[in-house]
Amino acid sequence: MATSVLIGAWVAAGLTLFMFSFLYKDNPFFRFGEHLYVGVSMGYTIVRIHYDVMMKSLYGPVAQEGKWWLLVPALLGLLVLTRFIPKVSWLSRISFAVIVGFGSGVAIPRIISSNILQQVQGTLKPLLNAGSSRFGMAELNALLILTGVLTVLVYFFFSIEHKGAIKIAARIGVYFLMVYFGAAFGYTVMARMSLVIGRFDDLILFASRDYAYASVVLLILVTLGLLLWERGSTGLTTGGQRRTQTPPA
Amino acid sequence: MPGDSGGSVGLSWRAAPFDGPPLRYQVFFGEQERGPYTQLAEFPANSHYKSDADRPWWSWDRTKNVHFYQVKSTRTLNLVNGRPYFFKVALTDGTQSLEGPGRSAVPEPNLFNWNKANNFLLMIVFSTLVLISISQAKRRPNIFLRRIPGLDAVEEAIGRATEMGRPILYLTGSDDMSSLSTIAATVILGQVAKRTAALDTQLKVPHRDPIVMAVCQEIVKESYLEAGRPDAYREDSNFFITSDQFSYAAAVDGIMLRERPAANFFMGFYYAEALLLTETGAGTGAIQIAGTDADLQLPFFITTCDYTLIGEELYAASAYLSREPVLVGTLRGQDQGKAFLLISMVIGTILATIGALTGTQTFVPVLQLFRDFK
Repeated sequence: MATSVLIGAWVAAGLTLFMFSFLYKDNPFFRFGEHLYVGVSMGYTIVRIHYDVMMKSLYGPVAQEGKWWLLVPALLGLLVLTRFIPKVSWLSRISFAVIVGFGSGVAIPRIISSNILQQVQGTLKPLLNAGSSRFGMAELNALLILTGVLTVLVYFFFSIEHKGAIKIAARIGVYFLMVYFGAAFGYTVMARMSLVIGRFDDLILFASRDYAYASVVLLILVTLGLLLWERGSTGLTTGGQRRTQTPPA
Repeated sequence: MPGDSGGSVGLSWRAAPFDGPPLRYQVFFGEQERGPYTQLAEFPANSHYKSDADRPWWSWDRTKNVHFYQVKSTRTLNLVNGRPYFFKVALTDGTQSLEGPGRSAVPEPNLFNWNKANNFLLMIVFSTLVLISISQAKRRPNIFLRRIPGLDAVEEAIGRATEMGRPILYLTGSDDMSSLSTIAATVILGQVAKRTAALDTQLKVPHRDPIVMAVCQEIVKESYLEAGRPDAYREDSNFFITSDQFSYAAAVDGIMLRERPAANFFMGFYYAEALLLTETGAGTGAIQIAGTDADLQLPFFITTCDYTLIGEELYAASAYLSREPVLVGTLRGQDQGKAFLLISMVIGTILATIGALTGTQTFVPVLQLFRDFK
């Protein structure tokens, strides 16, 4: 096996165990993993932005293809940096105004399309059909969807008081929401379980002889490290100073 | 092609009286008038009518005796806007073929997609409702807003943090400033910041989007000014961690464990990191208030937080907290919009049911007004 693969396996197993050590409690191993993770992700992002945005999307098109108009968004981006100079920091608001305005402009038609039209389109189904069985499973589904959508909409009325018929409808809407949340909860938990299984799969793989028993060795080292850390920290006061121990008589 | 962004051509030709199942149409494409032509499609002669196209009545001529075929750019066929291409249609019975003359067509982008006119119309209707409601709210500021339990807890949470002398942690979600939930989260942050300024409680807002952070810095600063405590404003109350999802979650978890905030606010849109954040927060004993329209994450917020603002309650929260006429009016206008949709859905279902029972197409134009066309 290549040395780089072996090193990669040890690093992956070690960092996985460091992060899992959080299940015990906050500890130096987790802190090391956390800070490394944040640092690496930040470094990776900076490199990616440099190549994908600065070089590919800005420098290349402007310098090589003469698309000078790309300097306008580049200038808007630079204006954000004026926040570091208090005297001209107001200039950054121009960029934010453009970003928020552009974002809203893009979002509005998309939201009308997906949150209103597609929702209404899916709800407008016949509740009876012309066939021999006038009310089948499709019609029952349509009725359930219609009832659910209408009652949940009623729940989200904020400028009328929920009392009488409105209160009953809103209550039914809440039941529909809870059924949905329950189903979504189960579905997502199952998906998360598969992520955990994926991590354990790797740990089991790295515990094999091919990887020099990486998972096993690192598990022992992390456990020993935690024991030593616990022994060390119990001897410290909350203020970080070592307790004065009475010498044996 | 009407309403598209270019890169496609619509071919239409009059149907022949003898069109029937044994006959088939073939569509050919060429870059030069003289050819060579390559076959793009073949279909039965009694199919592909203009009236079959799934397009709305207001932007499409639904002539029954005209065939229609749309040639789109694909991986192998790249139609460049502004460049002429040539097309031919042939009728074949398998043994003999009758070929029409080559016709040129130029793909061009359109300024307007008329298929989406109903989208625009609804935007105008809703915007008008909201604008009228705002002007009413300005004249009559005490418009009724129903109590949202999660929001009553905001004051309680800030008070608790003040009493305990611990900070408040406020997250604005994982989306950028183009997300409505992020905008709502920043508006609520303004209200929370006013209270923390008045009570001199430390506010911590970790970010994973630099633009959202910069906007939040402005909002918090403004809130401290409005509360009359500009001296209490701390430049580092908003700080950037990383844009990576799970390393951000790990870092926020670390902050929760080490700094032990008394109250955690999770407003905005969240992804898979939601449970990682809220479960750790619940473990520290902090009072937790969440508000999100991320429907997949809502169950996790409900199970791990003390109060959860569900979906639109997040948008309503800012109006409820501030009582500003613009926000209250907007909320009222949205309610009117919802009432309009509710009534439309009831009437639409009745019409669809009558249509299904009688087989009539009379109501299709009305129902098409509420369809999403591409």
